[in-house]
Amino acid sequence: MSSLSDALLLQAGYNAALVALGAALLGFAAGASGTFLFLRKRALVSDAVAHATLPGIGVAFILMVGLGGDGRNLIGLLLGSAATAWIGLLAIEWMVKRTRLSEDAAIGAVLGVFFGVGVVLLTVIQTMGAGRQAGIEGFLLGSTAGMLFEDAVVIAVGGALAVGATWLMRRPMTLVAFDADYAAAMGYDVRRIDLLIMGLVMAVTVIGLKLVGLILIVAMLIIPAVTARFWTERSDALIWIAGALGATSGYVGAALSASAPALPTGPIIVLVAACVFAFSLLFAPGRGVAAALLRHRRFQARVHRRQGLLALAAQHPIREAYTLRLLRREGLVRADGVPTETGRAQIAKIARDERRWDIAREVHQDTGLTGRYDGLTPIEDVFTADEIAEFDRRLGPPAAVGGA
Amino acid sequence: MTTSTLAPAPKIATEDGFRVAAEAPTPEAALSIRGVTVSYSDKPAVFSVDASFPAGEMTAIIGPNGAGKSTLLKAVLGVIPRLSGEVLIHGEPIERARGRIAYVPQRSSVDWDFPTTVMDVVQMGLHREVGLFSRLSGALRDRARDSLDAVGMADFADRQIGRLSGGQQQRVFLARALAQNADLYLLDEPFAGVDAATERAIVDVLMRLKAAGKAVVAVHHDLATVDAYFDRVFMINVRRIAEGPVETTFTAQNLQAAYGGRLAAPHLDDLAVANAL
Repeated sequence: MSSLSDALLLQAGYNAALVALGAALLGFAAGASGTFLFLRKRALVSDAVAHATLPGIGVAFILMVGLGGDGRNLIGLLLGSAATAWIGLLAIEWMVKRTRLSEDAAIGAVLGVFFGVGVVLLTVIQTMGAGRQAGIEGFLLGSTAGMLFEDAVVIAVGGALAVGATWLMRRPMTLVAFDADYAAAMGYDVRRIDLLIMGLVMAVTVIGLKLVGLILIVAMLIIPAVTARFWTERSDALIWIAGALGATSGYVGAALSASAPALPTGPIIVLVAACVFAFSLLFAPGRGVAAALLRHRRFQARVHRRQGLLALAAQHPIREAYTLRLLRREGLVRADGVPTETGRAQIAKIARDERRWDIAREVHQDTGLTGRYDGLTPIEDVFTADEIAEFDRRLGPPAAVGGA
Repeated sequence: MTTSTLAPAPKIATEDGFRVAAEAPTPEAALSIRGVTVSYSDKPAVFSVDASFPAGEMTAIIGPNGAGKSTLLKAVLGVIPRLSGEVLIHGEPIERARGRIAYVPQRSSVDWDFPTTVMDVVQMGLHREVGLFSRLSGALRDRARDSLDAVGMADFADRQIGRLSGGQQQRVFLARALAQNADLYLLDEPFAGVDAATERAIVDVLMRLKAAGKAVVAVHHDLATVDAYFDRVFMINVRRIAEGPVETTFTAQNLQAAYGGRLAAPHLDDLAVANAL
C-alpha cells in the first residue's frame, strides 16, 4: 500500500508524477466539456469521433515520414487526428440531415469505417521503416511509459482552453441542449452550437489520445457528467462537479496504476470513474437507488398508517400484518389490535381531518390547494390556522367522529 | 403588400380578357407571411400559405392532425427551413426582428428531467439581452421574477422542472416567453394536456397581452373554446382554408372544408358560430 500512497503524494518518481498530473488535468477537461455532450444526449457521437481520429494519426505519420521528418511528432499527429475526427463528425451530420439514416446508424457507419481505415494504415506503417512506428499503437489504449513534459503541457493548455470555452458558451449550449427549437426561434444557430459542443469534445479527445487512448476516451467524457447528475439539479454546477470528478478519477487512477508494475493507466482511470458512478447511483441523495427505495418505504408506511387509523375509526379490525406492526411500533395499538390512549387521540384526529378535507374541497373548489389533497399531507401543512378554524365552524360542534 | 396609393397598378390580364383582380391593401400586420411552403420530401407539409396576423388580437390556428399547424409556426420562426416564402414582422424581415418574437413550443418537445430550475428556464428567455459574457442585471432578474408572478408560479422559482405538473410546466414556458417582452407571441398548443385552472390562468395572461396591443397566435386543438378565447381564426389543412374574424370565419362550411369528413355534422352545428346566430 505504501507504493500507492507514494504515488498519490507524487513521490513515485518523475514519470509517475507527470502522468498523475496529466491525467487529473485531462480528467477535469473531459468531465467539464463532456457535460453538454451528455445533456444533448449525443454521447455516442463522441465515440465515433474518437475512433475517427485513428486514420488521421496514420496519415499524419506517413506524411511526416515521407517528408523526411520524425513520424512521432506529437503536434503533427494531433493535427492529423483532429482533421479526420472533424471529417467523421461532419459525415455523421450530413448522413442524418440528407439521408433517411437515423443518428445511431450514422454513428455506427462512421465509427466502423474510420476505425477500419485507421487499422489498415497502422498495418501499412508497420511494413514501412522498422522501429520508427513504435508508439503509434499506443494511441489505441493509451500509454504512459514515455510521457514527456511536453505531453503534459499539451494537455494543460488544450484542457484549459476547452474548459474556458465550455464555461463562456454555457448559456447557448444549455439552451440548445434543453430546448433546441426555442433556441432556433430566438435566432441562435443550433447547428453551429452543436458543432461547438462536438468541437470541444473533439479537442479533449485529441489531447487525451496519448494518455487514455481513443477507445476509452469516451468514458472519460461521459461518466463524470452522468455521475455529477446524481449530485446536482443545476446545469452550471454540473460542469464543475463533472470536472472535479473527472480530475479525481484521473489522478487516483493514474496513482493506482503507478503503484503496481502491470496496471494499464487508461483502463484503471475508467474503472475508478465507474466506481464513483456506481457509488453515486446507489447512494446519492434524491436520485440514488437507496434514496428512492427509502422514499417509497416511507410513503408506503404513511399510506398504511392512515388506512389503519381510518379502519379503527370505523371500528373495523386491522387485517394487514404490516399495518398492525407499524401502529404497534408507534404505540398506537396494543398487540390485540385495540387502540391505546395515544392511538385513540390519533384516530380522532385523522377522522376529524378527513371531515375537514371534505369541507376544504367544497370551500376551495377552484384553487390549487385542494389539488394537494392526498390524504397523506397533514392538513396543517396546506391550510393556515384561520382557514382550518373556518372549516371547523362549518363542520359544526364537535361530535362523535368515525363509526358508521 | 405594397400600398396602392402611388400610381394605379397596371391591369394584368390574359389575352382573352381574364383579369387578375388587384389585391386590397392590408394594414401592416404584426406578422405577415406569403407563399410559405415546407416540404420534407416532395410532398408538402405546408403549401404556399399566405396569412396575416394583426396586433392586439388573438388568432387561433386550427386544422386537423397533420394539417401543418405546428410546422407552419416552426417554419415562420425558422426552426425548420422553408422551401419558399417570406415572413415579415411588423414589416421587417424576421432576421432583424428576432427580439420582437416570443415562442412557446409544445411542452412535450423537451426533456423535463433536465438539470435546471424554474427560474433558470425563465431566464433563458433573457439570454439574447444578457449577452454571452455578462451577468444578469437586477432589472432583468426582476423581469424574470415578474413573469413568473404573472403565471402564478413565483413560489416555484427554485424548483427542479421535473417536479412540476404538466400545467405548471406549461406556465413556466409561458413565463419564459413573457420575460422576452416581445410584440408577437407564437404558441404551439398552449392548452394541450393542462388542468382547468392552468387553462384559465393562461387565457388571462394572453388576454392581458392582447389588451397591451400584442399579437397572439396560438395553434389550438379544442374547437369548443375557439369562440370564447379568440378573435380570429386561421384554418389550415396543408393549404390555407380560411382566415378572418371568428364570427364570420368559424362557420360550419369552413370547418367542413378544413376537416373534411372527420367532424360529424352535428358537431359542426354545435361549434360553428354562424349557425348559432
